[in-house]
Amino acid sequence: MIHAGAGPEPVSGARQTPIFQNTAYAFHDADHAASLFNLQTFGFIYSRLGNPTVAALEQRLASLEGGRGAACCASGHAAQVLAFFPLMEPGSRFVASNRLYGGSITQFGRTFRKFDWHCDFVDTEDLAAVEAALDAGVKALFIESLANPGGVVSDLEALAELTNASGAVLIVDSTLATPWLCRPMDWGADVVVHSATKFLSGNGTVIGGAVIDSGRFDWGASGRFPGLSEPEPAYHGLKFSETFGDLAFTTHAHAVGLRDLGATMAPMNAFLILLGLETLSLRMERHCRNALRVAEWLEGHPKVAWVSYAALPGSPYRDLAAKYLPNGAGSVFTFGVRGGYEAGIRVVEGCDLFSHLANVGDARSLILHPASTTHRQLSDEQRAAAGAGPEVVRLSIGLETVDDLIRDLDRALAAA
Amino acid sequence: MTSALTYSDALIAGILRRVRTIAMVGASPNWKRPSNFAMKYLQEKGYRVIPVNPRAAAGGASILGEPARTSLADVPAPVDMVDVFRGSDAALEITREAIRLREEKRIEVVWMQLGVRNDEAAAEAEAAGLTVVMNRCPKIEYGRLWGELGWGGVDSGVISSRRPRLVPAPGRGTSE
Ligand SMILES: Cc1ncc(COP(=O)(O)O)c(C=O)c1O
Repeated sequence: MIHAGAGPEPVSGARQTPIFQNTAYAFHDADHAASLFNLQTFGFIYSRLGNPTVAALEQRLASLEGGRGAACCASGHAAQVLAFFPLMEPGSRFVASNRLYGGSITQFGRTFRKFDWHCDFVDTEDLAAVEAALDAGVKALFIESLANPGGVVSDLEALAELTNASGAVLIVDSTLATPWLCRPMDWGADVVVHSATKFLSGNGTVIGGAVIDSGRFDWGASGRFPGLSEPEPAYHGLKFSETFGDLAFTTHAHAVGLRDLGATMAPMNAFLILLGLETLSLRMERHCRNALRVAEWLEGHPKVAWVSYAALPGSPYRDLAAKYLPNGAGSVFTFGVRGGYEAGIRVVEGCDLFSHLANVGDARSLILHPASTTHRQLSDEQRAAAGAGPEVVRLSIGLETVDDLIRDLDRALAAA
Repeated sequence: MTSALTYSDALIAGILRRVRTIAMVGASPNWKRPSNFAMKYLQEKGYRVIPVNPRAAAGGASILGEPARTSLADVPAPVDMVDVFRGSDAALEITREAIRLREEKRIEVVWMQLGVRNDEAAAEAEAAGLTVVMNRCPKIEYGRLWGELGWGGVDSGVISSRRPRLVPAPGRGTSE
């Protein structure tokens, strides 16, 4: 979290990673330029494709997730586009969990259709349904390790086995878990995506995303992913899987994905995320400890109908949490207020310390009523499936003194 | 299969520092082939890379400015390292030739490319006093150890608080 990807800078000896606030990089000569453009040598050309500060973050995230390489980009949503881009063709299909961040459901279900990419949503707790959905043409299964909003934990190992057997790629959004709580690649994930906007940066300062590749999927042998195994016209017909082996996905993500989609991460943002990562372990420990205390307290409150936090003894996800999240179940969870939609809104509006806003993973505690905000675009059915019904309030527990948080919620609930 | 191969960073770095001339068996004249990529990169880093490719040699072709040779025997001495860019099956015969030519060409290292592994060949070469590396790419290892691989977002696996030396030229020893 502190060292990977970031030794002292060789020219100056600067110990903290410098912010290379820079657009383009000088070539030694025409031959060097040609080598770079042909991908024959390592190096920087233009910051849309790669930048030294961003590359330091990429290396650190690849190291933390146990991956081969990573590509950072402008946001978590950009990371999802970047992850699917090498895998999909017009008309391609993939399968996703129906318990995802609401924005992902909208992105996959609506916007991706404009690329002629098609998503089938399934209940990924029903393994038979997942197996049936993963038929021969499907490119990928997309899940969240710890799902937003509701304290739901995916059975990574079982889902990886099914995906692997079907020849598809398992993509895991591990935003809410962070690599400190869970490393999906240890359980068989092929690709991990993050919204670095959340816990990785940790202070509510940036929008950013990352795609990390395990390097384990054999694109050449599969034949299901022509973008990685067939000649790439824009690079004189080279085949990424053949030329770059286990670096194919990461190289493609920069040399084709970022080059053409253009959703690049700014160096300043990479710096802030690197800075955040230095304290990730300390923060996550405190986030989880605070969250468990608040969840336990809420469970005993008369105005609270239920609490969905995977580390609670009564949670149906407790065993999965013990297996996949042994260091803590994160700090984002939901609870149901007695009194439905109106009561949910009153709790959110009644807080003085919790900030009413649409984000998670901040040092500050955050509160939100998903049904009227992040999950507003969805149908009632989709909202219920995603754990965002009318009475649901979502919390993202921060790093404050936990008694102050409980006092704030107590006051807000009393007024609701 | 067989056990995983592990080589210390010190061993790999030592080889890449010591070696100056590399005979690349299986170097392709087609610039889009991985062998051609690796050869060009190693040339840029200051190594002399001599391609061994009988078909290219028969046509009198040069690869990246170096005339292609028919066999290892045709490569002028000294050859510090033989880089096997052929299938695992072909590696035994190539290694045996390297062992035979060891004194004459002053060969020290037999390096088999990423994906190439032949334990029998390795055992024979090691018994003859050669250093053997298998299933690794010298380009990737060079990039990994001197920081360039990370420029593309790849995890180098290197953690160090030491101020790095600028990328060393080959054959300059450890003082670089
Ligand atoms: C689980 C999850 N994935 C993805 C995203 C999207 O990330 P970004 O807002 O950085 O685009 C979010 C944002 O809320 C999220 O919570």
